[in-house]
Amino acid sequence: MSTKDKVIAIIADQALLEPSDVTLDSTPEDLGIDSLGLVESIFSIEEAFDISVPFNANDPSESDFDISNVGTIIAGIENLISQQS
Amino acid sequence: MKRVVITGAGTINALGQNVAQTCHAMREGRCGIAPLEFRDVDRLSIKIGGQVKGFEPESMFNRQQLALYDRFTQFTLVAAREALAQSGLRFESELSERAGVVLGTSGGGLTTQDENYRAVYEDGKNRVHPFVVPKLMNNAAASHVSMEFNLQGPSFTVATACASSNHAMGQAFSLIRSGMCQVMVTGGSESMLCFGGIKAWEGLRVMSKDACRPFSANRNGMVQGEGAGIFVFEEYEHAKARGADILAEIVGFAMTSDASDIVMPSLKGAARTIEGALRDGKISPERVGYINAHGTGTAANDKTECGAVSKVFGTHADNLMISSTKSMHGHLIGGTGAVELLSCIMALRDGVIAPTIGYEEPDPECGLDVVPNVARDAHVNVVMSNAFAFGGLNAVLALGRV
Repeated sequence: MSTKDKVIAIIADQALLEPSDVTLDSTPEDLGIDSLGLVESIFSIEEAFDISVPFNANDPSESDFDISNVGTIIAGIENLISQQS
Repeated sequence: MKRVVITGAGTINALGQNVAQTCHAMREGRCGIAPLEFRDVDRLSIKIGGQVKGFEPESMFNRQQLALYDRFTQFTLVAAREALAQSGLRFESELSERAGVVLGTSGGGLTTQDENYRAVYEDGKNRVHPFVVPKLMNNAAASHVSMEFNLQGPSFTVATACASSNHAMGQAFSLIRSGMCQVMVTGGSESMLCFGGIKAWEGLRVMSKDACRPFSANRNGMVQGEGAGIFVFEEYEHAKARGADILAEIVGFAMTSDASDIVMPSLKGAARTIEGALRDGKISPERVGYINAHGTGTAANDKTECGAVSKVFGTHADNLMISSTKSMHGHLIGGTGAVELLSCIMALRDGVIAPTIGYEEPDPECGLDVVPNVARDAHVNVVMSNAFAFGGLNAVLALGRV
């Protein structure tokens, strides 16, 4: 499974949706994922890829990790995988 | 209904090992938050906290006691000894049966759990000390206080996360107000600053790596603290008859549940609790001069809390002072309201309002007088202490002078 498909599967699981319902431009809000759900998704992603994601729930916009939509999350993870592998 | 007053106070926390040191540090706006020192701290991403340093339990407890006292119990007993000494009370015969102890804690003997899980899981040991259970149980501190001072009345422990000690003090207040008890030892303690304690909190991603800056636009999370705050609550006529020095009167209390979210605070729930405490004490809002905020330094809490205060007090919200002393001693979780009550007593008795330190940038969503960085002299007649816990459980106390 590609990184993209794996991330989409994790996010879909969190949102209780089918992976086909999750698109690259979906925002966490669109998918009904609140701040606690986001923290849980990031934990699942860290476990799945064995990486550490810099994310502070107090101010997501100021974290070094862009969570504006599924596409930016995937790009951020690919970047972290290449840095941390 | 009986009136309830405070006739003794004691504490140990990152700012000091008694009330005088703590209030002195609050006046100076000193920060007790520093690098954490304990085993495996290098494996944490959060490495700061309001840790009690220079504490030597060996000088206060004997070998047998140390085998039974987790750090949260040690803190409790140190603070209780100070509070009871100040009150001048001795519990014999009838009074001991009409006196009890209600304390708040969230983690109880978490250090004991952490050490013993490490022993069996990491070190592979198959044997633990026989006192692990009596040492880690949440009611251990309350029980040891009852034993040390012969308090034979209603005694129990309240666990409502960050509101535990406010809930505990509310229970103590109610027990005396209703006439069931004459004296209650109350407050709370916490000692979560160990590897497992901080690791668990890291998971939520609400902790700051550098400082606790409540109400400041650049705040980035909470910082944990540890310690205890213990008070002697006493029925007013009893205190007056024996000529006790009365520190303050508890004039109102309310508790509510948001019934909405397990971690996000609710403006409506917070406002309802503050209003409830005012109504309980028949206090007109304009009489409130100072609020010790819950003020955790997280994005969500601080704006919600300021919104709630504005909603309850209307235009008077701009006249009152509200500060978060967590910026100095950190968030003591189940013990936090108790240590924070000291700033309420200081405001009433000494006319000194403890500051919110670490305040760097105004946040329009927290546009109240947060007493930034420097303590202030002011005469106030009624003060309040807010606690809004994870789980949406809220408890607010109101204090006045006698």
